[in-house]
Amino acid sequence: MSDIVIKAENLGKKYVIGHQLQRERYMALRDVLMQNAKTIWGKTKDLLSGKPIIQGDTFEEVWALKDVRFELKRGEAIGIIGRNGAGKSTLLKILSRITEPTKGRVTLKGRVASLLEVGTGFHPELTGRENIYLNGTILGMKRTEIKRKFDEIVAFAEIEKYLDTPVKRYSSGMYVRLAFAVAAHLEPEILLVDEVLAVGDAEFQKKCLGKMGAVSHEGRTVLFVSHNMSAISDLCQKAILLRSGQVDTIDDVHNVIQKYSSLTLRGTSINLTEIEHASRPKQYGTLTHLSIFDSEMTPTTTFLMGQTMVARIGIHIHRKMSNAEIGFKISSKMGAAIHYFCSTWEGLRRDLDPGDYLFEIRIPQIMLLPAQYVVGAWLMQERTLLSDDYIPDITIIEVIGTDFTGHSADFARYSISGGEVYAPSHWRIL
Amino acid sequence: MQDEEIIIESGRIEKNYWTDLWRYRELFIILSWRDLSVRYKQTVIGIFWAILRPVLTMLVFTIIFGRIAKLPSDGTAPYALLVFAAMLPWSLFSNALSESSNSLIGNTNLISKVYFPRMIIPASTVITALVDFLISFFILIALMIIYQFLPAWQILLLPFFIILALLSSLGPGLWITALNVKYRDFRYVIPFLIQFGLYISPVGFSSNVIPDQWRLIYSLNPMVGVIDGFRWCILGNNSPIYLPGFLLSLTIIAFFLWLGITRFRKMERTFADII
Repeated sequence: MSDIVIKAENLGKKYVIGHQLQRERYMALRDVLMQNAKTIWGKTKDLLSGKPIIQGDTFEEVWALKDVRFELKRGEAIGIIGRNGAGKSTLLKILSRITEPTKGRVTLKGRVASLLEVGTGFHPELTGRENIYLNGTILGMKRTEIKRKFDEIVAFAEIEKYLDTPVKRYSSGMYVRLAFAVAAHLEPEILLVDEVLAVGDAEFQKKCLGKMGAVSHEGRTVLFVSHNMSAISDLCQKAILLRSGQVDTIDDVHNVIQKYSSLTLRGTSINLTEIEHASRPKQYGTLTHLSIFDSEMTPTTTFLMGQTMVARIGIHIHRKMSNAEIGFKISSKMGAAIHYFCSTWEGLRRDLDPGDYLFEIRIPQIMLLPAQYVVGAWLMQERTLLSDDYIPDITIIEVIGTDFTGHSADFARYSISGGEVYAPSHWRIL
Repeated sequence: MQDEEIIIESGRIEKNYWTDLWRYRELFIILSWRDLSVRYKQTVIGIFWAILRPVLTMLVFTIIFGRIAKLPSDGTAPYALLVFAAMLPWSLFSNALSESSNSLIGNTNLISKVYFPRMIIPASTVITALVDFLISFFILIALMIIYQFLPAWQILLLPFFIILALLSSLGPGLWITALNVKYRDFRYVIPFLIQFGLYISPVGFSSNVIPDQWRLIYSLNPMVGVIDGFRWCILGNNSPIYLPGFLLSLTIIAFFLWLGITRFRKMERTFADII
């Protein structure tokens, strides 16, 4: 079976974390000295022999990865999905040999290049030309190879004019372009990519996605970690869902994304009293919680374009409030407001007596292009200047492109170019 | 391109460490080159600085130890030359030590994002120290012309002692840089070590001023052997080598090198996790 290029068996990675025990309320200096004297000898010994000292009184073992096993065939592009802390980055770090696994083994066939960051090792004082050689070598290219591809790299990055300028004088766009250009010209058989597409301007991101797609078509194997479901579904045929360090599902990319979105429970019911936010008067009441569902009332934060979205906003009123207005807001990840939804616009305008209330908003069709968005909520008395309570960034929802107009529309492409809202329109030739 | 197979498992890096080190030689070269070009780009007076420092120290030491304290020189050698012949290995040692000790911390982003044998980083910084050394070496040649001092045949053995100076700094350097990753305060040890070392090593004076019964113990300082070696090469038979002491210094250097390498490799595996 020479067709299998990555084979992970039983992979595990353990970290040891120290905890501080609850101290006695009073402690004599003598006790402190005794306790420290006892540990100091042991710790000095550890220190000199190179064992890491772990601070704290009790140790806890945390398995960042456990029993991970999968196989990847030549030419496959696979996405790795999971919440923060699910072990995605740890897995990538093990595969790229930055850190060793505690257990298990991985067999990789072929030249591996890992792209955990764009522009690793770039030095601001060095010129673009020098940095191409430096970064190329760091990523594992031979000098002769860089020389051969040099012109191609420069052309891809579109920085011909600034080749001999120190990169500290580059604009951030130029910097990222140069960095990605070097990486894009690696010719590994296996390419490991972390969330690197999050940087750079939209046009260039598209170019990179294209280049990476081309990479997997040339018979190279790509392993791609991202929070951007659209990018993953564009690029990969298969995906792995990691959940607290273990492989939950390995399947066709669409099934895995579906599974993932049904699992992201944290984002679907949120206690708002624990979220720190800008102080508001809270004269009448406070926002208490927010839950998000799809049309079947299944909790989720991932929606297909055109799907129904339901949100429930919990409110606690402690002083009678007249003409209460409840609001729900969707904004871009950059913070620009896209949609405001107000209860009063639709005729729901009430005087609220002290007590707990639950408001439900139903958005029949989400008209957003595929991307991630931020949702927020507020409570205010109608036609006053300042909202009584307001949290602009409660959680992130993800909209995934579908062909909901039925005309094979490529929505994702326009989302990358900066588009946000879809509105129906009619076209004809006159 | 032939299929190369990589197996990753716990403790695997240990097995083909040295072949990997060789495989990443281009990275070693380019990192050394980076350090060098950044160094001479950032400071306008880069090369000038490399000249000024040893010359000033030599002047001060010559005046204090030679003129004021009236310590004897070795044979007929001029005192300034005696000091400078020791300044060369000392600044090579101290530069290499301080550069390599801080090297891992200075390359955090590389360590957490790319794999390569980590030893490349401290090792490549040593090259910067070597270039500074070569610059100061021209000052030595100038001094020899001024004093019309002709070196003996031993000068041909100098490369051996240069390597010895580098190795003696690499041992503690590796150890300290590895400790530095986890315990950032270890870097404060270095300036102290270097300042202290300058006075307990025979830089400003000849090691012949040490009473005979103490010389063997004095040679526990590995730099004694290196400096004596340099003087022997440069000043010729004016400063004969004290052989038992020299062998002792060699042993200490080898011990520290072994210690540095083994400790470094033991801690290396966790660098990416804690840096």
